[in-house]
Amino acid sequence: MSPPALALENITCTFVSGARGGARYTAVRDTTIVVAPGEFVSVVGPTGCGKSTLLNVAAGLLAPSAGTVRVFGEPLAGVNRRAGYLFQQDALMPWRNALENITVGLEFRGVPRETAQEQGRDWLRRVGLAGFGDRYPHQLSGGMRKRVALAQTLILDPQILLMDEPFSALDVQTRQLMENELLELWSANRKSVVFITHDLEEAIALSDRVVVLSAGPESHPIGEYAIDIPRPRDVSEARLTRRFLELHAEIWHAMKAEVLKGYARQLQ
Amino acid sequence: MRASSSSAGLRLAQAAVLAGVFALWHVLTVPGILPPFYFDDPHRASFFFGEPLKVLGRIWHWFVGGDIYRHLGVTLVETLLAFAIGTVLGIAVGIWLALAPLASAILDPYVKALNAMPRVILAPIFFVWFGLGIASKVALGVTLVFFIVFFNVYQGVREVSPVVLANARMLGASPRQLLRYVYLPSAMSWVFASLHNSVGLAFVGAVVGEYLGSAEGVGYLIHQAEGVFDINTVFAGILVLTAFALILDWIVTLVEKKLMVWQPRSGETERI
Repeated sequence: MSPPALALENITCTFVSGARGGARYTAVRDTTIVVAPGEFVSVVGPTGCGKSTLLNVAAGLLAPSAGTVRVFGEPLAGVNRRAGYLFQQDALMPWRNALENITVGLEFRGVPRETAQEQGRDWLRRVGLAGFGDRYPHQLSGGMRKRVALAQTLILDPQILLMDEPFSALDVQTRQLMENELLELWSANRKSVVFITHDLEEAIALSDRVVVLSAGPESHPIGEYAIDIPRPRDVSEARLTRRFLELHAEIWHAMKAEVLKGYARQLQ
Repeated sequence: MRASSSSAGLRLAQAAVLAGVFALWHVLTVPGILPPFYFDDPHRASFFFGEPLKVLGRIWHWFVGGDIYRHLGVTLVETLLAFAIGTVLGIAVGIWLALAPLASAILDPYVKALNAMPRVILAPIFFVWFGLGIASKVALGVTLVFFIVFFNVYQGVREVSPVVLANARMLGASPRQLLRYVYLPSAMSWVFASLHNSVGLAFVGAVVGEYLGSAEGVGYLIHQAEGVFDINTVFAGILVLTAFALILDWIVTLVEKKLMVWQPRSGETERI
């Protein structure tokens, strides 16, 4: 059997703040999440439960306090070179136009300029932005910037895609469009996806599997649900099927207590 | 139409202010136009404040006779050298200190002290070190430009968005590439923000240096004239320097517009 694309094994992350390490905060405790090659896994949980922390650990941007990360069976050291990361916030370089932003990863790899430009234009077209290559990020709408970011990541053909609430800043319509586009791009070339969201509907509509995290601190998985809605899916139609509603009810039932807990903690 | 006619009106009003100032200057200084009301001697006013017609005549002679070009050239070379060297040093040291927290912490009080020091007092030392030629003026200008650029670059590198940085790392940037693709462009935007200031200060360094000791340059001309109480030539030098500074500023604006297209301008709408 081939090793999982991504395995987070018994991950614990404790942050120390204050001058002499006075305040400790354990965001994630003893968490194991395994993602098979080509699998789309969503991680949902109440706000502040350490979802982004987990993703940063998987990306190699953050070293866990305990536990190991394995990428295709090999322990991860440094930045995860086989993963692409789609950030929640704008991560484009404001001083490069859309095309230059898309090709920057290729430039880092030393791909010749001509080849990079050609591939970049191809990706611009694939994310529906042909003709917008010379626009700077501030001249693009939020949705367009997300498309550029998506192309910027996918052009490098990563085997693992890490997504941190990438669509949370978009309006509902744009968001559904982007979700459908993501599914289309993903089904054309199946990568392993870890998709972080606090939106359960989005998680069910997109994923093969949904992992529910408990409220922080010391959050950990409290349930895993296989999503057996047939593919290919249209996210807005999938939301209306009976199976979707059943799954939603089931997962929400498990999540609700945690959400309330997380909310109560926020009010303190 | 309307916008252009109102801007023409604005230009006209601005020219009128200039003409008004010169007229007032003329009336108040040329002996015999007004009865003396402050100085007893009617020639005293023109002794202290010059006469605009003589000042303009002096400028005319400079440019037609060709005496001024050598001096302007020297001042310009000093300004550009001070600007270039100060900017390069400022960028290099700014990036270094921003990326090396320990060095930055150690050097912090000294950087503050050097910046707080009135650096014009370094001029005599530079004269001793570099002589009375161009080098000492360039050195003075560099000390003025360096700190402006340095602080801006330092700030710029410190305030690079952590998300943009993490994104570049995930896209496979090596530390060297991070410097070239993220830190430098980010710092450059701050350098450009301070360009008007730093070009202006390079100019100040050059002129003040010339004024304090030299054998050429516009600052030297002014100093010479002052030595023989030729107030008209002093004013002529001041006017030439002012016009010159305006031209430099205008060039900076052009460069800035060309290089900073990626920055959003407030209220900008874009035609699709």
